[in-house]
Amino acid sequence: MASDTTRTDFPASLDGASLRQRLESLARDEGVGRWDLGAGCSTDTSVQVDRGEAKQMKGAQRSAITLRVWNGAGLVGITSTSDLSDSGLARAMAGARAASDFGNPDDVPAFSPLATAPLPPLDQPLQETVSILALLDTLKGAEADLLQRHPAIATVPYNGLSQRSSERLYLNSDGACRHQELTTASLYLYARAEEAGRKPRSSGAMRVAYGAQDLDVEGCVAEAAERTISHLNYAPIDTGRYTCVFSPEAFLDLIGAFSSLFNARAVLDGVSLSKRESLGQPLAVPFLSIRDNGLHLGNVGASRFDGEGTPTQCLPLVSEGVLVNFLHSEATARSFGVAPTGHAGLGAKVSVGPDWFEIGPSAGIPGGAEGLDHLTGTGPGVGHEGLVVIDSLSALHAGVKASQGSFSLPFDGWWIHGGESRSIEAATVAGDIRTVLNSLVGFEGLAKLTPGGLCPWVWVDGLSVTGEA
Amino acid sequence: MVQSLPVLRPNDSLANPDWRPRLELLLAQGVAAGADLVEVFLERTDALGVLAEQDTITSVSPSFGMGAGLRVFRGRYDGFVSTNDLSESGLLTALDQALGMLGLLRSSQSLSAYEGLPPLVDHGIAKGEWLAQCPNLQEATTRLLEGTDHLSRLGQHLQVRRGSYARNWQDVLVVASDGTHAHDIRLHQSLGLNVLAADGDHRASLGRRYGSHGRPDELRQWQAEEAARDLCDSAATMLRADYVEAGQFPVVLANRFGGVIFHEACGHLLETTQIERGTTPFADELGQEIAHPAVTAIDEGLTDGAFGSLAMDDEGMAPQRTVLIENGILRRFLSDRAGEIRTGHGRTGSGRRQSHAFAAASRMRNTYIAAGPHTPDALIASIDKGLYCKSMGGGSVGPTGQFNFAVEEGFLIENGQLTKPVKGATLIGEAKEVMPRISMCANDLELAAGFCGSVSGSIFVTVGQPHIKVDTITVGGR
Repeated sequence: MASDTTRTDFPASLDGASLRQRLESLARDEGVGRWDLGAGCSTDTSVQVDRGEAKQMKGAQRSAITLRVWNGAGLVGITSTSDLSDSGLARAMAGARAASDFGNPDDVPAFSPLATAPLPPLDQPLQETVSILALLDTLKGAEADLLQRHPAIATVPYNGLSQRSSERLYLNSDGACRHQELTTASLYLYARAEEAGRKPRSSGAMRVAYGAQDLDVEGCVAEAAERTISHLNYAPIDTGRYTCVFSPEAFLDLIGAFSSLFNARAVLDGVSLSKRESLGQPLAVPFLSIRDNGLHLGNVGASRFDGEGTPTQCLPLVSEGVLVNFLHSEATARSFGVAPTGHAGLGAKVSVGPDWFEIGPSAGIPGGAEGLDHLTGTGPGVGHEGLVVIDSLSALHAGVKASQGSFSLPFDGWWIHGGESRSIEAATVAGDIRTVLNSLVGFEGLAKLTPGGLCPWVWVDGLSVTGEA
Repeated sequence: MVQSLPVLRPNDSLANPDWRPRLELLLAQGVAAGADLVEVFLERTDALGVLAEQDTITSVSPSFGMGAGLRVFRGRYDGFVSTNDLSESGLLTALDQALGMLGLLRSSQSLSAYEGLPPLVDHGIAKGEWLAQCPNLQEATTRLLEGTDHLSRLGQHLQVRRGSYARNWQDVLVVASDGTHAHDIRLHQSLGLNVLAADGDHRASLGRRYGSHGRPDELRQWQAEEAARDLCDSAATMLRADYVEAGQFPVVLANRFGGVIFHEACGHLLETTQIERGTTPFADELGQEIAHPAVTAIDEGLTDGAFGSLAMDDEGMAPQRTVLIENGILRRFLSDRAGEIRTGHGRTGSGRRQSHAFAAASRMRNTYIAAGPHTPDALIASIDKGLYCKSMGGGSVGPTGQFNFAVEEGFLIENGQLTKPVKGATLIGEAKEVMPRISMCANDLELAAGFCGSVSGSIFVTVGQPHIKVDTITVGGR
């Protein structure tokens, strides 16, 4: 009988008061007047299975801090460490102090003016962790269920069930103190199916929740099975231009890969397609709106504050097709004369990034075709060449040139032709993001809640698809 | 007054004999609990990242850390726990968790069955001063700014100029109840230059990266002007390049980072991790012809200074030169400890991991296609219409063996000659189909540093090849 020694409770608490006291003392010793710190600790457990047996079981305890200091000349330096002992903190303070000699005088971050502003309420229930053996049983069950959904599904080579308990802390020498506890769990199932004389096919699904007991295991199995089976009947597709329909997940991935369009740091660095003066200018068709909303209830694991302590918020980025806001850190916001938006990391040069996109139609703005149905290929502009449905995009790290606006990406999807659907054997889709945003045909159906955001099916006119036919 | 960052001193080393009794106790307790094998991976790290943009240092990011990864095997199964807590109680807690995953309990029964560790095999003896010998911050920032200055001087229409430097120092101790007791010090450094050229609606972003292992002087010896000139020439060429025409074409892939095709298309599929998952089409093909007879492919950890070289793998085993494919015949898989247990393929010194937070897995080191008899020009001359891929971006391989990778810099081949530059190409295919189509290998093998992300994290690797010709492949474009 297996034991239950792997059961974990919340991680050893990050003691903000103690950390502050120790850092104040170290700062005095180093002659540092201003500092701030981001800290995190977590306890993770995860399992993977292989045809009914445990493949790997893992546990982890992690802790880390990033310490940022301002020296006498006002320049900033940082150091990160996983050593939270007294000697580790002392070394981090000394390292950050030394690094500050090389701080950038032209771009000096400051404390966020919102680092002590009230935080938004977030309903994030803290769930009890379960034993790793319970995780294992759940995943074995899910795998067995998926394997019996279709005779061609022989293995689930990529699978995992994990849970995490974590804490985050932000402190600064002006007295700001942010703290957040969180529990999360995730499940992913990617099946491999193969029929005699045919190439193997693969697809899958994932789910996230606040605790392992809350995961929609049945839904994940059903989606993974449905997606995998739908790719069994495959054929090559001719190279050409097609009206394409992006799944919510695929379109969110594409927008995420080009999020430098909305990123003030990228604008200032000259690597964004947007410029300062792009604000207020059309970016897309009028019926498109994009918001970054880390506070959405569907954003499991949302942060209540960013790396500089600024509260998370819902920020319109594109309204009625017009670029209306950029994502900001304290430094970029100061440069633009606006307030920080809660999208900063913590560093000598502070990074900026999105939280969670909501993509959909502009409220009250007409436009966009009605009656779109990718299952039957019904919609404007769908000619004899048929319709390409893009289920998922691959290799975004390699196939996206964000600063050029171009992409060329492998995808899994279906060709809808003559009312019939066939999976596409192997293909890439290529284009320019600005052209895509101005070539939207319309949205199909209601927005779907995904782990990465909220988005409906998105129809785009005239993209280049390369197939093997 | 510019200070030097405090550095870890040699007397902090994990080779310190004080670790031995603590680790022997852990191993003994794991074995006494019924484990077939207990392994402990200890590491300390000291890293530095520096970024120069235009003519300014914009980021200096030091970091340091420590941790342990404990792995317990029982039969074919294993449990793995990582922790930052290297106290005795922290390590025992981690052991308890790993044992518990396999249904084992630490008990008070006799520990005498465990004989203790043999003498330390110390690969780090001559490396104690590596960290101190690396450039200090003043040197590092100065060298990077030289690089961006060269870009400014040599380039045209450069909207963004960036130079980056990363230094990763790692002190590693691996012990296991099978007698493994090995220590090493690793030093990886990488240098990068990136530009964004822009003129009206024309844009081109390109980069170059160089990397080495065990060469503290790497940054000092960097040929910054030569690197900047190479990059500026490419940026000027690609700025107004048209997008590539999509279709099926013969291609010639340049040497150095062109080797990513073998890495993605075949190398990953020769890791026992993939056999365990059932995701490689080559699992039962040992001794069979899986590639064109022109292809011999090697993975090794021995080339002096190469990014993927190592004195021992992350399971304490000395690296090997592993011939994967010989004249088209599959000869060997890359295997780690778990791979040997689960697939029967002997270990090859390929157990690698990003850090203590990952269990080791079979991974590539320096992987390349061997040189052939042809000149590069002969490969190009053999093609009437095709694509020359001078510079490659990243790529990936999926669970069905389908691979892809991006072409950063391409040229059309027309009537056996290179003609106009093209951009936006992605090459896709399946390993089983593309390997037999590598029909010609040139005589100009060169290696290039890269990073590989997979099941055990992001690791330092080398890819390489001579110029090769692929008879036909799908070129995604517009």
